Amino acid sequence: MTQTAEAIVLGAGIVGTACALELARSGLRVTIVDDGVVGGGATAAGMGHVTVMDDSEPQFALTRYSQQLWHTIRNDAATPLPGEAEWLPCGTIWVAADDDEMAEVHRKHAFYSARAVSTITLDSQQLAQAEPNLRGGLAGGLLVLEDVVIYPPVVAAWMLKQCEMLSAAFVRQRATAFCESGDHAEVTLADGSILSADCVIHATGTWTPLLLPSIPVHPRKGHLLITERYAGFLRHQLVELGYLKSAASAGGDSVAFNAQPRATGQILIGSSRQYGATDSAVEPQMLARMLRRAEEFMPEIGKLQGVRAWTGFRASTPDKLPLIGLAPGYRNVYLATGHEGLGITTATGTAKLIADHILGRTSAIPAAPYQPSRYTPANDNARDGGTA
Amino acid sequence: MNTSVRHIEADVVIVGAGPAGLAAARAATQSRSVLLLDDNPAAGGQIWRGASERALQSLTRRRETGPLASPRIQRMFGVRIFAGDAARRALRAETATGALQIRYRDLVLATGARELFLPVPGWTLPNVMGAGGLQAMVKGGLPIAGKRIVVAGSGPLLLAVADVLRSKGAKVVAIAEQAPARAVNAFAWSLLQHPAKLLQAAALRTMQWGIPYWTDAWPVACIGNQQLERVMVMRKGRRVELECDYLACGFGLVPNTELAQQMGCAMQGDFVKVNDAQLTSQPHVYCAGEVTGIGGVQKSLDEGGVAGSVLGAAPVTALAALQRSRARWRRFEASLNHAFALRPELSTLADDETIVCRCEDVTWGRIRAHSHWLEAKLHTRCGMGPCQGRICGAALGVMRGKTGWQVESIREPVFPVRAETLAALGARREENS
Amino acid sequence: MSVSASLSVSVGGSNLRVPAGTTVATAVAMAGSPAMRTSVSGERRGALCGMGICFECRVTINGQPHQRSCQTVCAEGMEIETT
Repeated sequence: MTQTAEAIVLGAGIVGTACALELARSGLRVTIVDDGVVGGGATAAGMGHVTVMDDSEPQFALTRYSQQLWHTIRNDAATPLPGEAEWLPCGTIWVAADDDEMAEVHRKHAFYSARAVSTITLDSQQLAQAEPNLRGGLAGGLLVLEDVVIYPPVVAAWMLKQCEMLSAAFVRQRATAFCESGDHAEVTLADGSILSADCVIHATGTWTPLLLPSIPVHPRKGHLLITERYAGFLRHQLVELGYLKSAASAGGDSVAFNAQPRATGQILIGSSRQYGATDSAVEPQMLARMLRRAEEFMPEIGKLQGVRAWTGFRASTPDKLPLIGLAPGYRNVYLATGHEGLGITTATGTAKLIADHILGRTSAIPAAPYQPSRYTPANDNARDGGTA
Repeated sequence: MNTSVRHIEADVVIVGAGPAGLAAARAATQSRSVLLLDDNPAAGGQIWRGASERALQSLTRRRETGPLASPRIQRMFGVRIFAGDAARRALRAETATGALQIRYRDLVLATGARELFLPVPGWTLPNVMGAGGLQAMVKGGLPIAGKRIVVAGSGPLLLAVADVLRSKGAKVVAIAEQAPARAVNAFAWSLLQHPAKLLQAAALRTMQWGIPYWTDAWPVACIGNQQLERVMVMRKGRRVELECDYLACGFGLVPNTELAQQMGCAMQGDFVKVNDAQLTSQPHVYCAGEVTGIGGVQKSLDEGGVAGSVLGAAPVTALAALQRSRARWRRFEASLNHAFALRPELSTLADDETIVCRCEDVTWGRIRAHSHWLEAKLHTRCGMGPCQGRICGAALGVMRGKTGWQVESIREPVFPVRAETLAALGARREENS
Repeated sequence: MSVSASLSVSVGGSNLRVPAGTTVATAVAMAGSPAMRTSVSGERRGALCGMGICFECRVTINGQPHQRSCQTVCAEGMEIETT
């Protein structure tokens, strides 16, 4: 056993590679461990949005901070994102079906305006002009200008490559165990070898409980369908405001209309949420429910050829906030997991918070709301009972 | 939302109206009613389209087991089946105008094969086509009289295609067979021991018409401006440039196993595993023809015949005769595949600029940086287009070896399908359950 | 194939008479160009497999894009556009 690195990151998804890159750029020797395809888990299965959200102040703080960091990455001419990252600054329109939801549009607009997020309120006619394929008679919407869509597996691979250029090591193996001894941590690999470092960061999404069984991360299954190329059919990411009810629901299955234009001209259609489903098979019923919901908002979307359907598992937590910080009971073991449907957006902010803690830096946003310690057994009342 | 869903309750459903499917239909109709489905606009199959018509005619004379035009055979063409559910004994499909939900008592998958294409520089030029593909287009009315055509690749299909093209007035410049002369001669000798009349006849006719048949020869580049103008052929270690209007090219056949795989049928290597009755690992799901092993028209006819006879409760003696014949053709299949095994040089035809994935235009240079299929797919978009990796996946199986380069999982829809079809069919099931 | 009946289609705006039973892929070729579509990197492409597998022969038929021309039989008045 040798001291192989200063930090070991488990998981080469978007969160793991973002953490590794932040640490490597901060001067640490980093080793990344993953036996799968880089960005091949939830990173590849998700929609790839970089979106501000406002379900709660901590959620807003992390998504907004992270989005700004994404724009910084995008604007860094020294290390440009590859074209295959498909950076598409399309913005998001939150679609209001009725007056109740329009009231939510006004609330969101006020919320965002007070926090310097650029949004535009659209009335029914403006919405129809912005997205001609939406059905008529919708109440309006809120256009969030700085939201972006990317293709995450390529971004994860790019981040890993940046790490490797900073002398980070990528170990293509499965981590089977870890432990803490004294002032360092060790990771055992599938071939029996042991890596040692000052700290270990678990960024393995839904797989986190394999090595840390007490961590309350639960898979939440989702379906997606991607179409052939239909340039111009859709201009912005569209999300129905009813999405909030779907995403926030603790149990049961739900669907909500969410469609994205891709840089290729394809349309990505979502979304569904299921607890307790562990089979990754495409379920015709869920797919159908999801697509019927999409047709209710965009009748012509049904005419588009779907070329591929797939499922994925979001790493969800009971309170809908990620787990970022020291693992309960450890001094050198960190968690960067439980991002549910916002892992792409919040990967950058997560990486900053982790690196800040390790390096003793002051964070740009309060880190307390994301601390895993909120789920220590002594603090059980933090759970909101959503562990279906 | 306004998609009409048609519900069909059928007895025996046969997917694929090529030799295997037609033979299965004919045999099953003895005591069962049959619904015969095909994605294509007409029956007859794709690959062996020319040969199979004659074969079916001869079959009608040789083993009369029921008229093909039986009122007990219902046919539907232009039906794209994108998912099956073996537990519920149901198929889901799309037509040009609507959606279909089909319930079956027994199912025969006779989905045939597609051609293996190997990327060479310039192969994306218009008029570079599959050998069976050009044949199918010609059957569909493409006029080729007076056109100069190079036929290239491997296997007896090249002879059958050259024969059809010539009969339609094309000038076949040459047939370039990659296999060595020794192997082809050994195979030709074996033809004498097997009653492969169709192939013998095609081979004889091409010789009779003086079409050059080159062994140890394969295309290394396609050249042209807006469309194909010349093909560079490697022949016995030397490059030969041939002027032509079309290249009809295929390096053998790849089974269309996607639907069987999506339905959970166990595989044996590249093919669907079947028992002596052509039954797969899934109850009530049979497979026949090229999906169980590439062996040509006669094997397909016999396998379809066996499946149909089992379903139609044919007399034991008739079934046994078919099974004996099938055994003979499976031995023939083995000698065929041995003779036309692909030479290693064919895995290095592409250069770094050569497009391998034609849907997403991903070059060999980008793909070869990756260690397996899923990684290449996620990081380069290779295989993410509408063919779902059917063309590039098969090519990469040759270029990179099969290990790690198989398409990773088969999910529904196994063919691109309108979103409204998925919405309508899934919805119905949900309401029923 | 019977050539007893023929029908009229348009390919890229030009009218063309084809025998009944002709596939759209064949009609496009008869109209003069083997190219059916422009690939994602800008190459002109024509039919490859001829049997509905490769999706190279996609054209727009009666306003519906991404239709496989080799699997579609011409109908009277059909409007076909290569892309």
